[in-house]
Amino acid sequence: MLCIGFSLFIAVGFLALFLWAVRNGQFEDQVTPSIRMLFDHRTEESPSKADSRTRHEPLNEGVGK
Amino acid sequence: MSLAQHHIGEQTACFHCGDNCPTDRISIEDKVFCCHGCKTVYEILRDSNLLNYYDLNEKTPGITPDAAANKRKYAFLDETSVAERLLDFGDDRTSRATFRIPAIHCSSCIWLLENLQRLDKGVVRSQVNFPRRELAVVFKTSQMSLRQLVELLARIGYPPILRMDGKNGKLMRKADRQLYYRIGIAGFAFGNIMLFSFPGYLSGRGGLDPQFSSFFGYLNVLLALPVFFYSSLEYFRSAWKGLRNRYLNIDVPITLGIMVLFIQSLYEIFSHTGAGYLDSFSGLVFFLLIGKLFQRKTYDALSFDLDYRAYFPLSATVIRPGGEEIVPLEKIQKGDRILVRNQELLPADGVMVQGPGSIDYSFVTGESDVTIRNEGDPLFAGGRVIGPAIQMEIIREVSQSYLTRLWNHDVFTKPSRSRLTPKIDLVSRYFTLIVLGIAALSGGYWAFIDMGTAARVITAVLIVACPCALALAAPFALGTAQRVFGFHHFYLKNSDAVETLAGIDTIIFDKTGTLTQTRQSEIAYHGEPLSIQEQGMVRSLARHSSHVLSRQLHTALAGDVELAVDEFDEVPGAGLTARIDNAVIRLGSADWTLAERNGGSQAQTATSEIFVSINGKYRGVFQVARSFRKGLDSVARDLSAKFPLTVLSGDNDRDRDELRQKLGPEAELHFEQSPEDKLDFIRKQQAEGHHVLMIGDGLNDAGALKASDVGISISEDINNFSPACDGILAASRFRDLPQLIQFARDTLKIVYLGFGISFLYNLVGLSFAVSGMLSPLVAAVLMPVSSVSVVTFSTMVTRMRSRRYRLR
Repeated sequence: MLCIGFSLFIAVGFLALFLWAVRNGQFEDQVTPSIRMLFDHRTEESPSKADSRTRHEPLNEGVGK
Repeated sequence: MSLAQHHIGEQTACFHCGDNCPTDRISIEDKVFCCHGCKTVYEILRDSNLLNYYDLNEKTPGITPDAAANKRKYAFLDETSVAERLLDFGDDRTSRATFRIPAIHCSSCIWLLENLQRLDKGVVRSQVNFPRRELAVVFKTSQMSLRQLVELLARIGYPPILRMDGKNGKLMRKADRQLYYRIGIAGFAFGNIMLFSFPGYLSGRGGLDPQFSSFFGYLNVLLALPVFFYSSLEYFRSAWKGLRNRYLNIDVPITLGIMVLFIQSLYEIFSHTGAGYLDSFSGLVFFLLIGKLFQRKTYDALSFDLDYRAYFPLSATVIRPGGEEIVPLEKIQKGDRILVRNQELLPADGVMVQGPGSIDYSFVTGESDVTIRNEGDPLFAGGRVIGPAIQMEIIREVSQSYLTRLWNHDVFTKPSRSRLTPKIDLVSRYFTLIVLGIAALSGGYWAFIDMGTAARVITAVLIVACPCALALAAPFALGTAQRVFGFHHFYLKNSDAVETLAGIDTIIFDKTGTLTQTRQSEIAYHGEPLSIQEQGMVRSLARHSSHVLSRQLHTALAGDVELAVDEFDEVPGAGLTARIDNAVIRLGSADWTLAERNGGSQAQTATSEIFVSINGKYRGVFQVARSFRKGLDSVARDLSAKFPLTVLSGDNDRDRDELRQKLGPEAELHFEQSPEDKLDFIRKQQAEGHHVLMIGDGLNDAGALKASDVGISISEDINNFSPACDGILAASRFRDLPQLIQFARDTLKIVYLGFGISFLYNLVGLSFAVSGMLSPLVAAVLMPVSSVSVVTFSTMVTRMRSRRYRLR
């Protein structure tokens, strides 16, 4: 019985993670990342690090439900 | 890194956007551009080291930007109240905005738009959502204003759509997200319930120890509760809504199936008579939801987003300092001054700058409503000029979707001649009832054997039967065909027109302007010479008419003085008249101008004639050389083999012999037809049960086009079509007419094939379900598979077929 309770607990944890990921907008766009992956991110001249590597977390933080 | 120039025939393609370049080239180094706009974008990209843009795609990715002239266009974004509505958030340091940019169409676009910070340091970062055509930009408020950002986007060819109602593209998120939540919960429950059901499955002969059995049973119920009360909610809601409106939609049987399985399982578990079927139940809901997601994504991918380059083949006459220019509708901009002649449509909202004029808004309001407008009055898109020409300045961009909506307005809808729709309606109405009947019967039968199986059979029957394919095959196949036609410069009003086109069995052509085209340079005058002043009067009169011959005449007569006209009138099939400087001028047919048949030159073949009379006295005739449209021979040959052809012409019969030779011995040729004669002819044909395709011009044939089953206007550089027509064919594509008709027929066959597939699927599925061999789980998987496969089949096969006719 205890084992079952424990395994359920872990399973619920994963569910919670999934729901969080959806809320976080990770399932918004499943097309563009596949195209974006193939671009070359060449660094030009000597820009600062913040410029040359574009960050690709979803720009959706904070957008409500 | 430099791409080789493409040579199309003798013309060179613009390095940036791929359009043909005019002979006076604009070039830098070894690259040629079609306009300064394209060259400017290239320079912008080159200076910021962004030339990779051109390498990412095989096709030239560039888009011609808005003319740089419009510096004031985005001035309104400087106002804080407006900017606030468009920003997602903003403070002194950073701001964020999301734009909808329809011009995004390829990977180069994504690349460029995500590298905006290389074009302007004010941008922090930007991200594209390709399926939604959206761009999210984070920028530094201190270095860049919203206006500057939007101007930057417009300058490189990606102008955003700016809407004040805050709906800048955030429409879909909520609904999609909910679906994912529901799927997550259903999947979680499904997996765990199955796990906990294993002991029951694997327990061997004696069954499970009752204590364990009830424990797992209750556990499963606990897990199944959120599935029933949350994940399946959408189905319940939709079914309820349908029932409240006394309508049996597809979600009613699904809801019933879900409930039956759930309740039966609860009963078995609480009364200790069995283990229930909660694994099937949660699996059912899980796969139904996945199916919904899959369907949504497939429809989106196949959807009919109007390509940003596929526009009406209509043009307007723009007045520029150097002269007049014919410009396609999509290139007309705010601030342009255009000339709108008698019977032409106002393409966009604006203000009258030379008038007064009469505008008929029946196209917009549906009522014949002619109003007089003066200089300074606002004018609205869709109005039609009646009488003398006016000039207007465009205030708002041409909205193609608005014009299409007007075109599809109720008032202009012909009674639907669709033969498919009534059949489909009939089947849908009875389908659900029949399915419920089958479910009840088979459930009743199995109840005598085993309640558990009965529940499963009922659910399987309710789930597997899918009428959606019936409703989807037609719209997707016809819609794809409509889209293919659109790319080929054959614009149909809606997808029903494809179906009606497939059903025609006789074709009627107008002659002048349809089968013939005039050659610009060859106009000769015979008769009493006209003074310079009189020529000016003729020219001024011709200016007001959009008839092809009037425009030819106007261009041919030199001069730039436009005299004011009074009492202007244009009678279709006859001619023009007006009073200019106290003289009454008439231009048009021999009867109209009272030309004496002997006085006028003998009718010459291969010309169109415009007779002139001044103050009631016949003066002479303009003869415009005309030729038959290119491709008429092959078109006539192909079509006459399959359809009876008829020509109804308002002209006299001087071209009879030549037409006879081209169209064959069986074609009917009628001349000197008035608009009423044409109408009568069509009505008579229809009374005999024929389905008529009429091809004509919008001016004289409006009534005939409306009365026929399918009416098509041929468009050649003008802004003139009758809203009651079903389609516009660009003159350059006239020779493809036989293939277009054949493709429409093939599409209809594809629709019927789709019906066949759906019917077969239902037959097979129901047989398995009724015999108890189909588990509700498998039924749940099959259901979306069937509708997606019908949709994909209809769309893909239609597209493939279009390649056979080289229509893509």
